[in-house]
Formats: sequence, structure tokens, C-alpha cells
Amino acid sequence: MITWLANPERFNIIARPLRPWLAGVAAVLLAWGLVLAFMSPEDYQQGDTVRIMYIHVPAAWMGLLIYAAMGVASFFGLIFRHALADAAAKAIAPVGAVFTGLALLTGALWGMPMWGTPWQWDGRMTSELVLFLFYVAYIALHASIEDEPRAAKSTAILAMVGLVNLPIVHFSVQWWNSLHQGDSIFVKGGPTIAPAMLWPLFVMVAAYHVLTAWLFLVRLDSEILMRRYRALRIRLTFN
Amino acid sequence: MHLDLDMGKYAVFVWGAYGASVIAIGALILMSLRANATRRKQLEGLQAAAEDKRR
Repeated sequence: MITWLANPERFNIIARPLRPWLAGVAAVLLAWGLVLAFMSPEDYQQGDTVRIMYIHVPAAWMGLLIYAAMGVASFFGLIFRHALADAAAKAIAPVGAVFTGLALLTGALWGMPMWGTPWQWDGRMTSELVLFLFYVAYIALHASIEDEPRAAKSTAILAMVGLVNLPIVHFSVQWWNSLHQGDSIFVKGGPTIAPAMLWPLFVMVAAYHVLTAWLFLVRLDSEILMRRYRALRIRLTFN
Repeated sequence: MHLDLDMGKYAVFVWGAYGASVIAIGALILMSLRANATRRKQLEGLQAAAEDKRR
């Protein structure tokens, strides 16, 4: 299936009709999630700042997930030379960078009133910053190498190196002491968050997933169009 | 249950976080759509030029 979809033309046959549906579903889920976020009760300790969780957690989640997807795409691009693999990783990288940047920013805005500081050089925050820097380095490296195959190879290696950081981000709150709270969703015995807060969080997480899928298809289409444009321009120059 | 938009003493932090998210994600969406439209137009222009050259 992946090999079949690696052809840009075949990929677009499926992706193009999907795009308006994904945009619609993302808009509905975002609107629903935001209404639920401001209807949910305030936390007995954190007060209204708990509402930052509904945008902080999905952003942090997507930052990790997108990087993992970039790493897998880079592996396929480097080893199997799939036509779409590098284009896919390149297309989604800015989306992951924005979500990771937002996770850092919203986390700092949440930390200020709750911890008394927007930042601490602990395992979670530092590894999240390292993740953001990997995104920035990936985007900068791709932009700095004009030769497309060479850029694909170099950035694929960088993306795969950055995969090492993902378990550190995830498990950092278990490995080291931190101001950041520990896991409260994927824990033994089920989530420790009250259902009234868990539902808005799940809806927002779903909204960010669908929004990311839509952005990915739009940006991948742009990348395919750009590569076709370059190929045609070269053909016209030499014919 | 009702919509609670009064964030009290935490308003600057909560609305700051939501505002930054709306601006960043909104800009990402707009830039992605604009780039898509521009690249489609560029390719169509070049395809038309290639067609003219062939004739």
C-alpha cells in the first residue's frame, strides 16, 4: 500500500477529495473542543489556568507525533528511495515546528502563574526545546541545500538522529524530578484527570490530529507541484 | 454548565495562550493555502508555455 501510494499521481487521486472533508471535520472539532474547554469546570488548585491544558497538551502531542512521522518518512526516503518520502517529511516539518513552539509558549504561560516561573532547565522542558531546535535545524538544512537529492539525504539523517530525543521527551517526567506534572492520561488504572476535563481534552486532541492531516495533504500537494514545476522548467531549458 | 469566559486574575495567561495559538495556527493555515495556490498557478503557467512552445 505504501509503495502504491509513493507515486505522487496515485497519492493525489486519494488525497485531493479527502481535503475538504478533513478541513470541515477539523473546523467542527475545533469549535466543539473550544466550547467544551470553556464550559468545563475550573480546577480546584489551578483555577482557570487549567484551560491552557486544552491547547498545550494537543500541541505538545502533535509535536512529538509529527517528528516520529518525519523520522519514519526519512527512513523510507533514505533506504527505499520512495519518491514521496522526502517530500512528506519536508512538507510536515513546519507544522511540527509550530506545534512544538506553541507547546513551549503555552507551557511557559501556564507555568508563570502556577510555578512562579515560565521556564526551568529540567528534563521535560529542555528536551522539548531540543525537539524544537531539531525542527528548526531540519527546515534550515533543507532550505540551505539547493540540490534536492543531497538535501533529502542530509535532512533524512538529521531527522533520524533526532528520533533519539523522542523517548527522552516522553519519559523525562518519570526519569527526573521536575516542576512539570507527571503522566496523567496513559497511566496504569486509567487517566487521573476528571471526565469533565478529559472530554474537552480528547476533542481538542482529535481536532489537532485532523487539522494536521489536512495541513499535511495541502502542504504535500504544494511540494509535489513545486517539484513538477522544477522538473518541467529544466526540461524546457534543455529542449 | 455554561460558557465561562471570565478568566479572572489569570486572563492574561489564558487568553495569551489561546491568542498565540490562534495567530500561529491561523498563519500556518493561510501560508499553506497561499503557497498551494501560488505553486499551482506557477505550474499551470509553465505548462501553458510548454504547450505554446510545442506548437
